[in-house]
Amino acid sequence: MLPAHMKKIAIVPAYNEEKTVGAVLAGIKEFCRDFDILVVDDGSTDRTAEVAGTVPGARVVSLPFNLGIGGAVQTGFLYAQKHGYDLAVQVDADGQHKPAEVRLLLDPVLKDEADMVVGSRFMEKGGYRGRVWRRLGIKVFYLTNRLLLGEKITDSTSGFRAYNVKAISLLSRTYPDDYPEPEAVYILKRRGMRVLEVPVQMAGRQAGRSSIGFFGSMYYMVKVFLAIFVLFLRRQD
Amino acid sequence: MDNLANVQVFRIQVLAIIGSLALVLFILDLIRRRKLKEEFSILWLGMGLVFLVISLFRGLLDKFSILVGIGYPPAALFLILIVGLLIILVHFSVAISELKESNKKLAQQLGLLRQEIEEK
Repeated sequence: MLPAHMKKIAIVPAYNEEKTVGAVLAGIKEFCRDFDILVVDDGSTDRTAEVAGTVPGARVVSLPFNLGIGGAVQTGFLYAQKHGYDLAVQVDADGQHKPAEVRLLLDPVLKDEADMVVGSRFMEKGGYRGRVWRRLGIKVFYLTNRLLLGEKITDSTSGFRAYNVKAISLLSRTYPDDYPEPEAVYILKRRGMRVLEVPVQMAGRQAGRSSIGFFGSMYYMVKVFLAIFVLFLRRQD
Repeated sequence: MDNLANVQVFRIQVLAIIGSLALVLFILDLIRRRKLKEEFSILWLGMGLVFLVISLFRGLLDKFSILVGIGYPPAALFLILIVGLLIILVHFSVAISELKESNKKLAQQLGLLRQEIEEK
């Protein structure tokens, strides 16, 4: 299929991001003209859904209560699957992903070199690199990835991603509830899909504060390791 | 003295039988009033019946203690109780996980359908 004929969608999970979601959507409209936009409002208690709803062309799915990032992103996959999209990109509503760089993620998917592409902030110098615990966790995941998959994933927690139809279909059925990003890499690899990283720049948070502190990071790591361990025990279905 | 000890043992036995029976009847009544689903009652009933049998046949606990190598028979009672409760709790965790999963799916489908309706 010609890239121009592909149905493309930008999935924007948003939880209480009324300050930044408008600018993010404007950016996507500017840099990704051939994309439909789906905002998944994950039970926000602020005006996220209203703000997103005023942007022409953006569709908003409002979840009745907060499911967490995994459930929200999966809703996007379900939507993409249901409406026959060939390609999806995931862009956070907090403004740390740059819509101008969506093209970088898209390229390997369009060339059919990967089923999922992850935007990594660690492949090149510069930009926001995250707080110390987050960086430590990412290092540990990197080593695990190298050991278990023989794959060098430098930024497995990054939620700036592109998916082809195969990945959309799989993840719409199986996607973790919380801290889903590293696990999703394993889910895809387990099914023999190709995961590729491309360098991107990330911005620091423009508003709000990351919910992941020290204990969050510890839970994050234990949870992901447990999930990966179980994933390898589970038979492929 | 010997007589007093016998009376005490008899007392606790009657109490244990009444307690176990009360548990079984209470669970059955909850099912009857549809307050408890059969699926969740089985483990409770099973535990109630085990305790009923143990309290009816006094020698059973001693035999069981010797079998598994517990020197003090009442400790075997705690073991049975704790294992029973553990099984029930794990069963709850599984049930909650299933509920959470179906809850998530419902929320997702609700969101998607609502978007579809509002778009028309």
